[in-house]
Amino acid sequence: MTLRKKVVLGLYILFLLVPIYWLLNMSFKSNTEILGGLSMWPQSFTLANYQVIFTDPSWYEGYLNSLYYVTLNTLISLSVALPAAYAFSRYRFLGDKHLFFWLLTNRMAPPAVFLLPFFQLYSSIGLFDTHIAVALAHCLFNVPLAVWILEGFMSGVPKEIDETAYIDGYSFPKFFVKIFIPLIGSGIGVTAFFCFMFSWVELLLARTLTSVNAKPIAAVMTRTVSASGIDWGVLAAAGVLTILPGMLVIWFVRNHVAKGFALGRV
Amino acid sequence: MDWMAWTLPTALFFGTIAAILAGMTVWELRSPCIERKGFLPISTTRGDRLFIGLLGSAYLHLLVVGTTDWSVWIASVLSLFWLFAVMRWG
Amino acid sequence: MKVYNNKAWWLVLPVFLLVAFSAIVPMMTVVNYSVQDIFDHSTRYFVGVDWYKQVLQDTRLHDSLLRQFIYSGCVLLIEIPLGIAIALTMPTKGRWASLVLIVMAIPLLIPWNVVGTIWQIFGRADIGLMGWALNSLGISYNYASNTSDAWVTVLIMDVWHWTSLVALLCYSGLRAIPDVYYQAARIDRASAWAVFRHIQLPKLKSVLLIAVMLRFMDSFMIYTEPFVLTGGGPGNATTFLSQTLTQMAIGQFDLGPAAAFSLVYFLIILLVSWLFYTAMTHNDKTR
Repeated sequence: MTLRKKVVLGLYILFLLVPIYWLLNMSFKSNTEILGGLSMWPQSFTLANYQVIFTDPSWYEGYLNSLYYVTLNTLISLSVALPAAYAFSRYRFLGDKHLFFWLLTNRMAPPAVFLLPFFQLYSSIGLFDTHIAVALAHCLFNVPLAVWILEGFMSGVPKEIDETAYIDGYSFPKFFVKIFIPLIGSGIGVTAFFCFMFSWVELLLARTLTSVNAKPIAAVMTRTVSASGIDWGVLAAAGVLTILPGMLVIWFVRNHVAKGFALGRV
Repeated sequence: MDWMAWTLPTALFFGTIAAILAGMTVWELRSPCIERKGFLPISTTRGDRLFIGLLGSAYLHLLVVGTTDWSVWIASVLSLFWLFAVMRWG
Repeated sequence: MKVYNNKAWWLVLPVFLLVAFSAIVPMMTVVNYSVQDIFDHSTRYFVGVDWYKQVLQDTRLHDSLLRQFIYSGCVLLIEIPLGIAIALTMPTKGRWASLVLIVMAIPLLIPWNVVGTIWQIFGRADIGLMGWALNSLGISYNYASNTSDAWVTVLIMDVWHWTSLVALLCYSGLRAIPDVYYQAARIDRASAWAVFRHIQLPKLKSVLLIAVMLRFMDSFMIYTEPFVLTGGGPGNATTFLSQTLTQMAIGQFDLGPAAAFSLVYFLIILLVSWLFYTAMTHNDKTR
C-alpha cells in the first residue's frame, strides 16, 4: 500500500519536474546545440544565455518592474484586506453576505472583460505605464482572495481573546496591531504568498497597462522572437529566471504554509 | 468622464440600480427582514430575492434578444412581472 | 455567534472603495460601450441592443462557447479525481512532507506565459523531449498542425499546471480530519475504500467545492497558456472565450460587440459563481 502510494506520488512529481528540467537544460545550451539535435544534458555547458539577460537593461529591468508591482500589490492587498477580513469574521452587518459574494465575483471575472476599460481608465487618470496601475489592477482579484483566506484564519481565533483585550483597556487599533496580527501570522504569510503568486503569474492586464517604463518581464520575453527565428536559449534562460522568485517566496513561507495546511485553513 | 461614453439610457439604468440598492438599504434599516422559503428551492432574504430577480431578468433579456425578433421592451415588461413575483412569493 | 454591528462597514470600506474603483467603473464603461457604435471619442451612435443580437447569433462565438464548456468539463473530470488521488498519497509528517509541498507548488508559481513556453518547447518534435519521444515511438504528433494533438497538449498542460492546486487543497482538508476517526476505522477493520468513502470524502466536501469552483472559473477564463502554445490554432481548435474576446476588442477594435460579448460572458460567470457560492454557504449551514 505505502509502496504503491510512493510510486504514484513519485510518478506525478516526475511529470511535474521533467518539463521544468527540459527548460533548465536548454537554458545552458547554445542555439546551435539546441537546434543541432536532442541531448539529455548540455554537451557544451554555457552561461551565455544568462549573460545576455544580466547585461541588457531592457531584460533585467523587466524583472525589476515585475517584482516592484507585485510587491506593491501584495502590500496594498494585505493592508486593506486585514481590517475587512476582521469585520467579516467577527460581525454581521447590513449586506455582509452580498458584499462578500460581490467581492468573490471579481475574483471570478475574466480579466479579458476588463481589458479595454482598464486601459481607458488608467490612461485618463494619467497612471498608464506606471507600476501602481498594474498593482491596482491586480487588486481586482487579489483583494477578494486575501479577504477570503484571512477570514478563514481569523475565524479560527477564539472571540474571547478580543473581549479580554477590550476589558483590559486596549483600543481597537492597538489590540489589532499588538495582539491580533501576531496571532494570525501564518495566515498573513499564506495570504502574502497567494497574492504574490497571482500577481506574479498574471500577464494579460500587466501587458495591457504598460508600454515601456513598467513593462513586466513576461512581456519582455516576446523580444526573443526576431526576424532570424526564436532565440530558444535566451527564452529558456528568461523562463528559468521567472521561476526563481516564486521558489524563493515559497521557501520563506514554507513553515507558515505547512501550518496553514495543518489547520485546514488554506 | 468623457472616455466612459455615457448615454442617457445607460445612465438611467445605473441610476435605477443605485436607487433600488439605496431603497433596499433604507428598507432593511427600518424593518430588518427574516429569511423565508417561497417557491424558490432555497430559503432567501430580501436581498437574495432581488439578486435572483435581477439575474433572471438579465437572462430573460438575453433570451428574447438572442432567439426572437420581439422588441426588447417585451422582455423588460416580462422581467418586471418576474421581478415582482420573485420579490413577493420567492 | 456574531454580533450585529453596522460600524463594521468602516472596516470594510477601504476594500469596498478599492474594488469598486477597479470593478464598477470599468463595468459601467463596458455597459456604455455595448449599446453604441463607436468610431472615436466624439463619433459614436446609440444602437440599442443590436450588438447583443449580433453577438448572441454569431456562430463563431457559439463555437468558442461550446469549446470552452467542453474544455472546462475535461479539466474538472481529470484534475479533481487526480488531485484527490495525489493528496491521498502525500506524506503527512517528516521533512519529506514540506519538500513535497514545495515541489508541488512550483507549477503554480510559474508565470502563465512561461507555462506556455515550457510546453511549446517540450512538445516540439525537433527540440522538445515529449514531441521527440512520441515521434520516435512511431506516434505521429504535431501540436502545431494537428487539431486533436493541439487540444490534448493544451489539456495536458493545464493538468500539469493546476492539478497541484486541487491536491494541495484536498491535502489541507485531509489534515483537518482528527486521528480518532482513523483509529475508529482501524478498530472496525474498515477497508481503505470504506475509509475514503465514509470518512475522507465527506470531510473533503467543502474543500472540494472550493477546488471545483476555482478550477472551473480559472479554466473558463484561460487565455495566456493556449495563446502562447498554439495561438488558438490550428484553425480555431484551441481558441477559447477570452481569446475570442481579446481578438475582437484589441485585434479588430470592435468595441461595441466586444463589450456586449464581455457582458454575456460575465453573466455566465455570475450565474455559475452564484450557484457555487450558494451551495458553499448552504453546506456551511448544514454542517
